[in-house]
Amino acid sequence: MFYISMFFQYLSQYLKTRLQYRADIFVEFFSDLLSQAINLIFILVVFGHTNFLNGWSRDEIIFIYGFFLVPSAVFSAFFNIWDFNERYIVKGELDRILTRPIHSLFQIILERIEMESLLGAITGLAVMFYAGSRLGLEVHWFDPFLFIVFVLGGALVYGGVFIMIACISFWADARTSLMPMMYNISNYGRYPVNIYNKLIRFVLTWVLPFAFVGVYPAAFFLGKKEWFWYSFLTPVIGVVFFVLSVMLWNQGVKKYRGAGN
Amino acid sequence: MDKYLEMIRIRFLMMLAYRTNYYTGILIYSINIGAYYFLWSAIYGSKEQIVGLSVTQMTTYVAVSWMARAFYFNNLDREMALEIMEGKVAIELIRPYNYLGMKTMQGLGEGIFRLFFFSMPGMLIVYFVFPIEFTWDLSVWGLFALSILLSFFINTELNLLTGITTFFLYNNSGLIRAKRVVIDLFSGLLLPISFFPGWAQDVMKFLPFQGISYFPSMIVTKGFSHTQALEAIFQQFVWVIILFFPIQILWSLAKKQLIIQGG
Repeated sequence: MFYISMFFQYLSQYLKTRLQYRADIFVEFFSDLLSQAINLIFILVVFGHTNFLNGWSRDEIIFIYGFFLVPSAVFSAFFNIWDFNERYIVKGELDRILTRPIHSLFQIILERIEMESLLGAITGLAVMFYAGSRLGLEVHWFDPFLFIVFVLGGALVYGGVFIMIACISFWADARTSLMPMMYNISNYGRYPVNIYNKLIRFVLTWVLPFAFVGVYPAAFFLGKKEWFWYSFLTPVIGVVFFVLSVMLWNQGVKKYRGAGN
Repeated sequence: MDKYLEMIRIRFLMMLAYRTNYYTGILIYSINIGAYYFLWSAIYGSKEQIVGLSVTQMTTYVAVSWMARAFYFNNLDREMALEIMEGKVAIELIRPYNYLGMKTMQGLGEGIFRLFFFSMPGMLIVYFVFPIEFTWDLSVWGLFALSILLSFFINTELNLLTGITTFFLYNNSGLIRAKRVVIDLFSGLLLPISFFPGWAQDVMKFLPFQGISYFPSMIVTKGFSHTQALEAIFQQFVWVIILFFPIQILWSLAKKQLIIQGG
């Protein structure tokens, strides 16, 4: 209960600070929109030269991309920890966090919340509906529920992986360039995994399971029966990775010795 | 001039101190190249050629453009934005050097470091892993070297321009991000400009972006003939000069209206 009330406390504070700088929100939203547009342009240009990508049509790929945007929007709204190393370890901010009476990871998530990223989900939904209507997909009564479950699963996968990477800072306090580049890798989840070779497919499924953010859950809505098994694994993988990352975090916090003042 | 060279050296040494990051970086760049390799193989399917490039040329193109990116890429815009927001720029301005020149040199130091400790070993790894074909024609490599140097200048100038806008916008993180994604696409890093529909190619002829990645990568994959390569380099050179002017104008405007908060 305490955690929930803390969440709303932080949320209201957050909204106050953000509304101070309204132009900022607008610019950020615009730049998000631009990067999404650019990814779409990439897909469109590529499909100017081919009709199928290992059996997936243009609209299917666009649909997967639209789906991918939704969990990644949820992820960037709540797990804005890409600068964890600089902000909390190098500057010693974590000392302050650790004196607080709520779980350190939860505290950091609250502090770094970025609700405007959720706007990306709207773009994602729009892209999905556009592609879906071109493909003639039907919406079943259970689709919205499964959609929410899959989105949460995907966001947890994302969050879990990035928390684990953030945890590296507990053991090695040098700056690592892993975080920004992991974003690149996460992008592979937007393409059908069967275009990659076995090794990469394995990595994207079990090691850095970004395929569960995009292609696997989206395959369910596209009615690709051969991938259903993976689709339904999405929430499981999400929970497993997230729990693992929190366990790793707890271990890491014990290791933390503090830096700065 | 000495002090600028010294700045390159210092940045180089600074990067050397943190070199372990770069080994993980090579791995991740290779994964990146790998993923694009598979994506392109799927796109090619059974096609021999798309707009004059074979699969092997395309793979080489992807590998070269990512490795070249390690050289020309820098975060000068973000560094500048931070220095301006934190007020550190005040101290930079009273130092006896040209702030923008110094930033460029720092970027160059960083680029040279990455060229030797990142791109070259990375290239070697990628060469053994993926079906890449390099030409052994030294003149091509000479043109390529010249071309990526100019890429560096174009990209750095764009970064400086974005950085200077912090003076006017105060918080331009959105703009910085937008600039980066625009450059990734329109520079030809993600896909060669020749893949775009004709009208888009015509538009891009009037933009500096293709000088950042498309030209050098096309030179080294031999997608360009010798004369085309020379024309491309000339075009890059022209852009380096053109971009110099808005920077100077904005910079002198910025200095006039600068208000330091803290520092």
